[in-house]
Amino acid sequence: MQPFTFRRPADLSEASALLAAEGAVALGGGMSLLPVLKQRLAAHAMLVDLSRLPPLQGISATDGVLYVGAGTTHADVAASPVVAGTIPALAALAGGIGDPQVRNRGTLGGVLANADPAADYPAAVLALGAEVVTDRRAIPADAFFRGLFLTALEPGEIITGVRFPVPAAAGYAKFRSPASRYAIVGVFVARGAGGVRVAVTGAASSVFRVPQMERALDAAFTRDALAGLTVPPEGLNGDIHAEPSFRAHLVGVMARRAVAAALA
Amino acid sequence: MLDNLPANPTGIGASILRKEDRRFLTGRGNYVADLKRPGMTFGVFVRSPHAHASLGAIDTEAARVVPGVLAVLTGADLAADEVGGIPCGWGITGRDGQPMKEPAHPALALGKVRYVGDAVAFVVAETAEAARQAADVVEVAYDVLPSVVNVLDAVRPDAPVLFDEAPGNLCCDWEMGDRAAVDAAFAGAAHVARLSLVNNRLVGNPMEPRAAVAEYDPAGDRTTLWTTSQFPHVVRLLMGNFVLKIPQHKLRVVAPDVGGGFGVKQFHYAEEAVVTWAARRLGRAVKWVCERSEGFISDAHGRDHVTEAEMALDETGKFLALRVSTLANMGGYLSTFGPNIPTNLYAPLLAGVYTTPAIHCEVKCVFTNTVPVDAYRGAGRPEATFVLERLVDVCAAELGMDRIAIRRRNMITADAYPYQTPVMVQYDSGDPVGCMDRALEIADWAGFPARREAAARRGVYRGIGISTYIEACGLAPSRIAIRLGARGGLYESAAIRVHPTGHVTALMGTHSHGQGHETTFAQIVSEKLGVPVENVDIVFGDTDRVQFGMGTYGSRSLVVGGTALSKAADKIILKGRKIAAHQMEAAIDDVVFEGGTFRVAGTDRTRSFEEISLSAYVPADFPLEILEPGLEEQAFYDPVNFTYPGGAHIAEVEIDRETGSVRLVSYVAVDDVGTVINPMIVAGQLHGGIVQGVGQALCENAAYDEGSGQLVAGSFMDYCMPRADMMPRMHVETHNTRCSHTDLGTKGCGEMGTIGSPAAVTNAIVNALSGLGITHVDMPASPNRIWRVMQTAQLPQAAE
Ligand SMILES: Cc1cc2nc3c(=O)[nH]c(=O)nc-3n(C[C@H](O)[C@H](O)[C@H](O)COP(=O)(O)OP(=O)(O)OC[C@H]3O[C@@H](n4cnc5c(N)ncnc54)[C@H](O)[C@@H]3O)c2cc1C
Repeated sequence: MQPFTFRRPADLSEASALLAAEGAVALGGGMSLLPVLKQRLAAHAMLVDLSRLPPLQGISATDGVLYVGAGTTHADVAASPVVAGTIPALAALAGGIGDPQVRNRGTLGGVLANADPAADYPAAVLALGAEVVTDRRAIPADAFFRGLFLTALEPGEIITGVRFPVPAAAGYAKFRSPASRYAIVGVFVARGAGGVRVAVTGAASSVFRVPQMERALDAAFTRDALAGLTVPPEGLNGDIHAEPSFRAHLVGVMARRAVAAALA
Repeated sequence: MLDNLPANPTGIGASILRKEDRRFLTGRGNYVADLKRPGMTFGVFVRSPHAHASLGAIDTEAARVVPGVLAVLTGADLAADEVGGIPCGWGITGRDGQPMKEPAHPALALGKVRYVGDAVAFVVAETAEAARQAADVVEVAYDVLPSVVNVLDAVRPDAPVLFDEAPGNLCCDWEMGDRAAVDAAFAGAAHVARLSLVNNRLVGNPMEPRAAVAEYDPAGDRTTLWTTSQFPHVVRLLMGNFVLKIPQHKLRVVAPDVGGGFGVKQFHYAEEAVVTWAARRLGRAVKWVCERSEGFISDAHGRDHVTEAEMALDETGKFLALRVSTLANMGGYLSTFGPNIPTNLYAPLLAGVYTTPAIHCEVKCVFTNTVPVDAYRGAGRPEATFVLERLVDVCAAELGMDRIAIRRRNMITADAYPYQTPVMVQYDSGDPVGCMDRALEIADWAGFPARREAAARRGVYRGIGISTYIEACGLAPSRIAIRLGARGGLYESAAIRVHPTGHVTALMGTHSHGQGHETTFAQIVSEKLGVPVENVDIVFGDTDRVQFGMGTYGSRSLVVGGTALSKAADKIILKGRKIAAHQMEAAIDDVVFEGGTFRVAGTDRTRSFEEISLSAYVPADFPLEILEPGLEEQAFYDPVNFTYPGGAHIAEVEIDRETGSVRLVSYVAVDDVGTVINPMIVAGQLHGGIVQGVGQALCENAAYDEGSGQLVAGSFMDYCMPRADMMPRMHVETHNTRCSHTDLGTKGCGEMGTIGSPAAVTNAIVNALSGLGITHVDMPASPNRIWRVMQTAQLPQAAE
């Protein structure tokens, strides 16, 4: 790890000012950023710790919307009665991220800003049609994820929280990597006001929706509605744990299991 | 069965808590990375990013000017200082009578790099950070060559060649057994069963990465190396004598607390020599601590075989002959035991627990552009067991026989010992049928069909598998080892120093790195000398304190080292009887030693162990005319045979039809370990060993990319270690027969879990899938692999 300065700003405006400096980078739970620094794959002159910023804290539910502050750890989302009472599938998702150490440190904002293709939250954010709230604007999920480790965030932009519309039913099913426990394939299914949305993470370079499955589930929100449906293997990720055709197969399996979880 | 009811509460058979755990559990262990020396500097290796390349100029200018950098050393500097290459400890001989090809292994690459991770330079600086920064800017000109990582590719005529002196990348074409007898048996056989398999490559990954600190003291012209080693004396001998040419009395090697070895730390590594050489050159202490990702590409790997096996049978399922042909990966250079593992520790185990009368095994040891391959827990024996126990199941399936019935038909019965196999070894004792019967009972093998049906109703495939195995450990009779190519003896040593108070320090040539020796050996002393374990300290791992020893590997510590310890204790007792006889005015033969007391037989005249100890050092009433004062004895023990632990392991699995995920739902092990010193420690060794074998069977895979030669599974994000939540509660018990030739009847238990389990788990998986016509699944049985074989079996469920 190269030497860096560490700053913990007191409020959002100080945080933005610090992040405007050359070589400054936001630090959430550090679970993705610190390994990269330790492996010397990246070096930053300044780490700006957002994890304790008051505006990034808190979980609340009002008017059919669940709000989760960007600084909330996965463990806190998993244990929150508010999340359990509104979108239990989201609590279950958070409880299945990595291992206890990662869940105690990693944050919602960090996951979304990082946009790892195998991260879990992106599937929930996209399937629930959530809005990513920053210090500058609110970005709809469909416009937020732009590709492999790519998002709509501008340099220095800080995620402050996420607004999740509370769905009528939702479920998440994940086939995890036996080694890292990231998603090899994760499918989040949500039936909300605007219809059913199905989002897949882990399978491709970025989270994506499956319109064919959404139509089938709009017609009948049952496990069987998805029988025989999956995505083509072309363009899917392949690695030592899962070749593209296996991932394609798993998208179908996990989608059916997500529907079953939503109906349970 | 032995019953080990302890008369002495801390003696043999007592499940006392481990003495060393107070230190470990309270964070007071003393590891190499913890060490700080005055004026200590830090070293970092620059490693090849290429699998195979000609080495051009190494530009060290930019690195040298990084503030704090003291030296940037390369292979040319090593050569200029006439530092020798890293030696191989075994020289095997090919079937043509020619010695193996043994190309030079420079401690820093010269001319060529041969695997990703091959060290090309060593940077030393005032701080670790400066050394790392400088290492990043060492500029190495590589002329990249085509590479080969897989043994099947490496033996093709058009394969890239690593060493000019080893055409076809062949290190040695080796064989054991009677080829003619085997050919004859096959010619007349009613049935031949065949199996092709891969034994997957593994990375050992001990919890503590390797590390080394070296220091030179010009006042006494003494060099000290602290290293994460399983055998510090052997490092002193190999490095001092062959690499750095430091006289043995001027070189001290210390292996303090070591956090797990599994074989990974039983080799003399180039890094040890480079760190020591650098410290002597600079006149400053130098520390190197391997990072985890560096360990993946520089710790010797394990396994990596491709094998064809055939069994000839008669119509009743009797094994007539076994033929095995294996390609074994050696990696880019020969590691300390490299060529010994897939040959001498493999072929002699192919008889297993069966009476197969003729066996022939040929092994081609092959160089590839990968990290050197060497011993990893079990070392050759898990590979042999996997071949044999998978093949036995294939035989049963092809003959339509029950898997237990075919084993019973061929098993060596308890009354047949000593049993001479056709592949050199002679088993002294055992009861494989007894182990199997007990395991079948505990695992409720008979009730399995009902469990399978219940699982099928839940939409899950369920399978059960057994592995009945034997291993050879307690390495090794020097006589045999030297005949097989060992370049050193494989005895062990122990010294017992009784203090004037009757407290005891025992100095062992073995090394404990997790096994609990400080407890097990103390229990032996406690049993023999009648002193409580609290009064016994076990010392090991320091060549300045301990007499020569060969270290710990091959499940040898208790059986070879423990026997030496027992013999040293016998000498103490004999001397004590002489002193006591003098004091009690009795004949030596009339003095007996029992429960810590010397007694004139049949009288109440006694001397306590403490009294005798004191008078040995304050020799007032002492037979000085015939006896030296003091109470300290030493024994070197060279075993007469290997020991042969073995047993029966039964695994039960469930497989998700949709995803191919395997869940291990039950595991039963019944093992014959001979005399048990500490049942808790034996259970712990079995638990750990079984989990390591399950890791190989289900998830571990050191995969290389065929094109680039990069290690793809180069971190824990991709290399899947077994985890606690993969394991069911294991049922482990022993069914022991006494070893006929170790003093205490012990056989060893360090590796058996890892030897028995891969085949048990894989046999269960194949059994679960047998309804689909599947006869074999290679390891690791990852979901993707199982899904593939189900697809290939044209399974309606998989396509659902
Ligand atoms: C062993 C392991 C297993 C894991 N398994 C999983 C898994 O199963 N599923 C999963 O989803 N994830 C997994 N992760 C990733 C984990 O969830 C991380 O917590 C997450 O990727 C990053 O969150 P963080 O808060 O630690 O962010 P950091 O590592 O601190 O930061 C990551 C990136 O986000 C930026 N950033 C952080 N906070 C903000 C903010 N508020 N606004 C703008 N930018 C910000 C940083 O600048 C950095 O670029 C795993 C990680 C590890 C180490």
